[in-house]
Amino acid sequence: MGNWVVNHGLSTFIVVWMGINIFLFVYFFLLYDSSDRFLYTRHLLGSALSWARAPAAVLNFNCMLILLPVCRNLLSLIRGSFMCCGRSLRKQLDKNLTFHKLVAYMIALMTAVHTIAHLLNVEWLNNSRHGVYDELSTTLSELGDEQNTSYLNPIRSTTTTPTMFVFTSIAGLTGVVITLALVLIVTSSMEVIRRNYFEVFWYTHHLFIVFFAGLVFHGAGRIVRGQVTTDPPHNTSYCKDIPDEWGQDPSCPIPQFAGGFPQTWMFVIGPMVIYLFERLLRFIRYIQKVTYRKIVIRPSKVLELQLVKNGFKMEVGQYIFINCPAISPLEWHPFTLTSAPEEDFFSVHIRSAGDWTQKLITMATCIMPRMGVDGPFGTASEDVFDYEVSMLVGAGIGVTPFASILKSVWYKFKDSNPKLRTRKIYFYWLCRETHSFEWFADLLQGLEKEMEERGMGNFLTYKLYLTGWDQSHAAHVMVHFDEDTDVITGLKQKTHYGRPNWDKEFEEVRKDNPTSVVGTFLCGPEALAKTLEKKCVKYSNVDPRKTKFYFNKENF
Amino acid sequence: MGKIEWAMWANEQALAAGLIYLTGGIVGVAGQFRGWQFAAFGVAAGCFVCMLEYPRGKRSKGTSVARTGQYCFTVCVKAFGPLTQNYYVRALLHAALSVPGGFMLATVLGCVCLGMASLIYLSAAIHGEHWEPILLTKEVKTAVGESIKEPPSNPPPRPPAELRRKRVEDVEGAAYVNPMPVITNE
Repeated sequence: MGNWVVNHGLSTFIVVWMGINIFLFVYFFLLYDSSDRFLYTRHLLGSALSWARAPAAVLNFNCMLILLPVCRNLLSLIRGSFMCCGRSLRKQLDKNLTFHKLVAYMIALMTAVHTIAHLLNVEWLNNSRHGVYDELSTTLSELGDEQNTSYLNPIRSTTTTPTMFVFTSIAGLTGVVITLALVLIVTSSMEVIRRNYFEVFWYTHHLFIVFFAGLVFHGAGRIVRGQVTTDPPHNTSYCKDIPDEWGQDPSCPIPQFAGGFPQTWMFVIGPMVIYLFERLLRFIRYIQKVTYRKIVIRPSKVLELQLVKNGFKMEVGQYIFINCPAISPLEWHPFTLTSAPEEDFFSVHIRSAGDWTQKLITMATCIMPRMGVDGPFGTASEDVFDYEVSMLVGAGIGVTPFASILKSVWYKFKDSNPKLRTRKIYFYWLCRETHSFEWFADLLQGLEKEMEERGMGNFLTYKLYLTGWDQSHAAHVMVHFDEDTDVITGLKQKTHYGRPNWDKEFEEVRKDNPTSVVGTFLCGPEALAKTLEKKCVKYSNVDPRKTKFYFNKENF
Repeated sequence: MGKIEWAMWANEQALAAGLIYLTGGIVGVAGQFRGWQFAAFGVAAGCFVCMLEYPRGKRSKGTSVARTGQYCFTVCVKAFGPLTQNYYVRALLHAALSVPGGFMLATVLGCVCLGMASLIYLSAAIHGEHWEPILLTKEVKTAVGESIKEPPSNPPPRPPAELRRKRVEDVEGAAYVNPMPVITNE
């Protein structure tokens, strides 16, 4: 249990968030359910009033939160300012997309409850107006027909239907429009659509502009009304039984009502402005000139771009967004930087994985189009040098952030940089086929040489796993078994075949580093993340004197 | 927008719309709203749309991910042949089913969501897409060891022809002892 808590720092944040949601729901439910101000409103609507207003409060809170996890510059800023405040706090900021989705689910759920409750409300208000219910309801609904009186029932006409009322009121119309926008956003964000047809997801997601616009005006009609104090006061507990004597009885003047002041805009205006600044910043960066230093097409359809931009500063393992107007003017795609901060350019390795990347690689063979670059944005890899011992696991193209890290290690070594707290790195690269090795093999060969020259052979231990081997590979290896360097990569370290035995690996790391804090970094598939997370928990010890594994995952 | 398969999104939208239609219908019937008959229709239509849309179709490019337990639904939907395969028919069907929802407030949202799904299906149909069931194809595997019962397809290994040719100049040297006793049939 302790081990689980060590690796799940995010949970505290979620617990606090959930706690606030529950508090808001219960507080506003009880407010509308028991407050005297809404006694007459409750007579018309029953508990459906509270069931509509409580989710509305939760919705206000969550609509404020939903934009913040995708304000990447803001997150980078917070991350930077927390450099002093320890690892676990910065880990929270890695899972921004998970939190964004969680808040979205809450919004969807609360929208459902809110809508159903208001469906009931509108029906009952309409019935009250038609005089279907008791005398008090009819009297209350008729209030406001004469001059100098305020109404309680927002349905003023006696000949309308619920549907007509909804489509002719601000709240109803905006409600339907924003719910439709929400449904379209949610369906196009489903995993199957998002992973395979990114453009649909991205463009449809911009309906959030419609959503927020409608949301801000949703309460402008002030149709949920509560009683206001009159002079002389209207004694509800006595007067509710004698509606026909209102105005005549001295203790029962005609009750007056007013709608609540619309509050949603107060919640969402801040995040909306922040997000606007984010997009503005992206636009400014887009205008800045980006020049090509070198373009290399690697085997296995990998494109390496080396770019130069004025004033661009990066840290290890960060990522950038690239936009290519010639391919698509509105799309920005994320790519991890593969160069080290010590170099005078920045590079990315792009793999063909969809429409946009395919077009880019095709264009690279002729002339390269103009590009816009936004970023860099920070991710977990920045923490690698803070851990005494680091385990780096990269699967396939997921090795890219680690290319940046290993290069930076190389430079820091050469300069004997004191910022390097790490004294041991274990690097695991999992790959399906051999072609992908080539561009990375050069880097590893260089490192191997450097380490041997300086006699620091045991700083970096790397293991390469070929997970897609077959009979011909095995035969080839058997024939060349006795040679000094590996047949596939040309490196001294031999390639392993099949998947790693993680229990063995973690056991080995624990044995070699009995008192250290080990950071495990993964860039790869979800299944592997789950496996590694479990192993981190399994091999960690709550005792601070023994080995502890912390898991960090990076995913796009 | 590249190789987008509209049907994939239309399917998600229609499934969501079916659920919304169903929920709205239940509220309308349970609350005994005016015009509850439309709500009852909404319940039926919502259920029908959910059942029709639950089995995901096969993607024309790439791996298709089936929804949990969709096999039975796939078989049912496949049984209707061209009616369910053609997306023009689906677009029309969803449009027709959504119309009665517009007459009552509780089902209005289901109506517009289903209408959107109908439009996306129309787009899919215009782009020439159609529904293919995701069914596992059974691989025919011959049991290991069966080949032993078949006659050999290759001759047995023997030394090259030059060595086998009878050497006239050295008859003694060319002789060899037969490993198997040669018994003549008398």
